[in-house]
Amino acid sequence: MWTIFTNNLPMFMEGLGYTLGASLLALLFSLIIGTVFALLQINPNRIARIIGRIYVEFFRNVPLLVITMFFYVVIPRLGIPLSGFAAGSIGLTLYTSAFIAETVRAGIQSVDPGQMEAARSNGMTYVQAMRYIVLPQAIKITVPPLGNQFINLVKNSSVLAFVAGFDLMYQGNLIASSTFETMSTYAIIGVLYLIITLPLSYGMTYLDRRWSGANKREEA
Amino acid sequence: MGDFAGAYQWINIRYLLQGLWVTVSLSAVSIVFSVIFGSILGLLRYMKIPVLSLIVGFIIDIIRNLPLLLILFFTYFGLPNIGIRLDALPAAMVAMTVFESMMLAEIIRGGIQAVDPGQMEAARSNGLSYGQAMLHIILPQAFKKMIPAIVSQLISLVKDTSLATIIVLPELMYHGQVIYGQNTNYMVPIFIALTVLYFIVCFSLSVISRYLDRRLAA
Repeated sequence: MWTIFTNNLPMFMEGLGYTLGASLLALLFSLIIGTVFALLQINPNRIARIIGRIYVEFFRNVPLLVITMFFYVVIPRLGIPLSGFAAGSIGLTLYTSAFIAETVRAGIQSVDPGQMEAARSNGMTYVQAMRYIVLPQAIKITVPPLGNQFINLVKNSSVLAFVAGFDLMYQGNLIASSTFETMSTYAIIGVLYLIITLPLSYGMTYLDRRWSGANKREEA
Repeated sequence: MGDFAGAYQWINIRYLLQGLWVTVSLSAVSIVFSVIFGSILGLLRYMKIPVLSLIVGFIIDIIRNLPLLLILFFTYFGLPNIGIRLDALPAAMVAMTVFESMMLAEIIRGGIQAVDPGQMEAARSNGLSYGQAMLHIILPQAFKKMIPAIVSQLISLVKDTSLATIIVLPELMYHGQVIYGQNTNYMVPIFIALTVLYFIVCFSLSVISRYLDRRLAA
């Protein structure tokens, strides 16, 4: 197993780089898009709410693979060239943004509505109240579940293997099929994924426990 | 945009529906097994039995932090390396069940832990055994809190069956790819059909969950 690792080290490292790259890119953009659709969903405007709802329900109920393959096989035919990595990252971003929208919406809605009313009656506009009063409180509630979304995102980035996206899973398949040591190769790939996801997972559990513990003390 | 009439001829629709049937049966079998194993593992981890709970917890944490796709490859391409050869359907069932059991185990443990510990103490001091208190007092309350998380995990399970296309399991996604592989003008219509079919299956699960949620909350 060790020789497979050392012999193919550049490929493993390249895969790790692409996996991390796609995950971070998709995280950044899905945070932005997700927050926009979360705000649309709680908007006083009914049409905005409906648009937000449709977006979230659509991407939450369709497989990531279908979305990604759409960008890989259909979009290039319309004259927009997309590499496998780009198609995969776009698919990941759209898919994840729906889950992030739900997480952020739940976070905002868990802030006591009295906070918004108090801010508004103190003369703040809706946007100011959201920006300075509601969102800062919502962030604390939102961070642990967002961390879990990021872990899912890293795991889901393996979908890049379907579209030749050079990620860990893709490199793993290449190595497995050239060395025939499938078991050991996949075990190494597994360890490399765990190096990213396990610390995040334990970190989120720790934060969750600490912050929810703090809330309980405040209540008491 | 594409040849809709050609793509939606009966022979293609029938082929897609055959794929849908494999998707639904794979999902159903995996859901049943992973709910059973997930509950057992979640309880085992919650009960803090010396050594055993630690080992169970360790396995849960490892597997649920790996991509399902990797577990699928491991089951289908890795296991033959040590002499265990599975066909595509059993391999997909094993991989899905192993992965989803661990995800559900965490949700179930979290749900049980969220029940006020005073409930257990009160039940015990009223003379119920640990098993009785768990079954009649703790689990019903925990179950209510878990439903949304469990259902969204099951929706993920249904969506993730599409990954099995890579081990040439003839499910919905695979059949879709076969059809648009014959004629590029079928791509857009077939992607629309795939989206609609997956959406119907997944969305009906969320509707059931909302219904259950309302019934139990009342």
